[in-house]
Amino acid sequence: MPKTPPLVLRIDGVTKRFGALVANDAISLDLRAGEILALLGENGAGKSTLMNILFGHYVADEGTIAVARDGGAPEPLPPGRPGAALAAGIGMVHQHFALAESLTVLENVALGTRPVWSPSLRLGEARARLGRLMAESGLAVDPDRRVGHLTVGEKQRVEILKVLYRGARILVLDEPTAVLTPGEVEGLFAVLRRLVAGGLAIVFISHKLGEVTAIADRVAILRGGRKVADRPVAGASRAELATLMVGREIAPSRRAPRAPGPPLLVLDAVAVPGERGRAGLDGVSLTVHEGEIVGIAGVSGNGQGALAALLAGTGPRPGGRATLRGAAIGSGPGAVMRAGIGRIPEDRHHEGVVPSLSIAENLAIESLGEPSVSRLGFLRWGAIRARARAAITAYDVRCPGPDAPIRLLSGGNIQKVILARVLDRSPRLILANQPTRGLDVGATAAVHDRLLQARERGAGVVLISEDLDEILGLSDRVGVMVRGRLSAPEPVEGLTLERLGLLMGGSPEERAA
Amino acid sequence: MDAVLDILLSASFWAAAVRIATPLMFGVLGALICERAGVLNLGIEGIFTAGAMAGWLAVYLGLDLWSGVLVAAAVGASLGLVLALLTVPLGLSQHVTGIGVTLLATSLSYFVYRVALPNVSSPPRIQPFAPVAVPGLSDLPFIGPALFGQTPLTFLALALFAVAAFVLHRTPLGLGLRAVGENPAAVESAGLDVHGLRIGAVVVGSAVMALGGAFLTMAAFNAFFFEMTGGRGWICIALTVFASWRPGKALLGALLFGAFDAFQLRLQHAVGGAVPSQVFLMLPYLLSIAALCTVARRADYPKALMVPYLKGQR
Repeated sequence: MPKTPPLVLRIDGVTKRFGALVANDAISLDLRAGEILALLGENGAGKSTLMNILFGHYVADEGTIAVARDGGAPEPLPPGRPGAALAAGIGMVHQHFALAESLTVLENVALGTRPVWSPSLRLGEARARLGRLMAESGLAVDPDRRVGHLTVGEKQRVEILKVLYRGARILVLDEPTAVLTPGEVEGLFAVLRRLVAGGLAIVFISHKLGEVTAIADRVAILRGGRKVADRPVAGASRAELATLMVGREIAPSRRAPRAPGPPLLVLDAVAVPGERGRAGLDGVSLTVHEGEIVGIAGVSGNGQGALAALLAGTGPRPGGRATLRGAAIGSGPGAVMRAGIGRIPEDRHHEGVVPSLSIAENLAIESLGEPSVSRLGFLRWGAIRARARAAITAYDVRCPGPDAPIRLLSGGNIQKVILARVLDRSPRLILANQPTRGLDVGATAAVHDRLLQARERGAGVVLISEDLDEILGLSDRVGVMVRGRLSAPEPVEGLTLERLGLLMGGSPEERAA
Repeated sequence: MDAVLDILLSASFWAAAVRIATPLMFGVLGALICERAGVLNLGIEGIFTAGAMAGWLAVYLGLDLWSGVLVAAAVGASLGLVLALLTVPLGLSQHVTGIGVTLLATSLSYFVYRVALPNVSSPPRIQPFAPVAVPGLSDLPFIGPALFGQTPLTFLALALFAVAAFVLHRTPLGLGLRAVGENPAAVESAGLDVHGLRIGAVVVGSAVMALGGAFLTMAAFNAFFFEMTGGRGWICIALTVFASWRPGKALLGALLFGAFDAFQLRLQHAVGGAVPSQVFLMLPYLLSIAALCTVARRADYPKALMVPYLKGQR
């Protein structure tokens, strides 16, 4: 009989209701030492609720959670006590890091590990122990650097080290790859494999199917608060998992063949200086035709930001020539918008919407001076609300109503509001900057369909994305940005992941060209 | 030019600089403790006044000087608790609450003074702290009289700086305090009590501020006057920024300001009536604005300063 690794965590029949909503419906889950369990589900499926119960932030209405120590029998965890979860060896890395930026790595790791009133921090001991942990896990960070100076990937390493330092045996990672570049994701996965080989158990929360199949041993799928599947990853196809997660089949967005129209956006040797370590634009030439999606691939920080700022009118005046339908692109977001460019910004929470304003107000905000929204300097509330209600229906925005503050919406629904605002103006050119980052499968499909519809209508789309599947699935032509330079866009037919990877690395052949 | 040199080379000038700097030392240290934990304490001006009044009144009514100091600290701590409860668990605006506490504490001090002493025309006096000699050091030529002829409260301020610097940088409590002013979520996830740390910091910081007020009535002067704090609290708020929230720089800033103030007083005498005295009075404040513009522009402020932490909010 093959030896099964010891059980470390047993979630048994956990139910949690918020009023009429059943967020978790009798969920049971086992976790064994040395395995990576992927917890898969759309936004709102109940993943966060379950983890909040596990950590004692919420108390379950029914069911128990038990943790086993050193191969012993599982002992029930007292509900509603975050301290007990920590003491039982459960550690969590949140999507939004909980780090003090002006403190050093070492100080962040040591925070809270000694009794508050003890007279000494014993930083020397902490340093030695952290050093050993880094060597064992392969997570290397300079312990004396200030966390504020680290990259996102390094900050994540500090968060994992914090959890390990506290002796965690169960590591919960909430959407750990959402903020990482493809290279950093590879590094993270290597570390995770090493950690489970050492006996740690990992819960990997995600809605990205590709990652789940790449890293997890087992996958549990939540939908509408229920566990709908719990199976080994081996032998599971992505389509199968997606169907289980969404509850219906997701037809992959199909790009119908379409002959591109006349040139729309023409950039000719455009140059913008870089700033603060981020690349600018170094002689970028690009033509986008009507009815065409041009994908811009590349690791972030290679000039995509400068290109997006140029097309959004928020950047400095560029060198070279940039024209839309033959007329020079003005500067300033207003001028750019009037010229017919619609933008889907990269950071939807900070640049896309005003969080405390309502959905209706956020939808109206780009058209304030226009007759559809205001007359004689007064807002036309009737028209604004009617328009919001129409958009909510047309774009399937899940929300309490047009007057709800937009900050209460999930990322996917905020993105749908932004799409509605941009597409309502029938822009000639759409700048879509990381349009589906952090969105679940359903919302991603909705965004893709809308972009393809705009293309059908004859709009041109500049699609900036780090998601290569997205780039290859939507684009007619694809260019790659490396250090502020853009490779000549190639037709997507015949373009492979290998070829893109080569271009992203900045191969010598391309540099010479 | 000679006048300037004469001033700088006199021991009495340096003694005055340290004396003038002492209330600022207490104030800036108290403000720093609050702000490192993420709470801007604009109650400082009122806490100064309340500390000045309470400490003096306690001694006037018969307590000894050190008990008066304790009374001042306790009054400061209570006002700090009021401010902390409003701003930390309730998350109210720290600006509005702070100014409210200043108005409350100032008016309350004047009211208590009037009620306690209804029939006085000239301010009654107490026997204040006297300068103490530090064995050995006070006998040094020049440096002795310049730096070591101070009252015990000045030495208490210096000692508190040493304690604060040690606690902030060398103990788990200090690390928690610094972290809670940076990112309360990090503190929460480390299993520490965010609100407890912040309330504690504001209470202790306010007690220290009140000692600055007590110094005015119990060491610098021997009586309580209305308006006697004269905006020193606000100066301390500016000095905290100037110091980039570091105890060492805060001490230096307080001493510099004290030196400028002592300098302008003596320069007024030296230059005489040629220049209006208001120009000299302005000097230290102009210099602090200039210092803020140059030194503190890239200050690494506590990231969660003035950001209330309310659990479960997004």
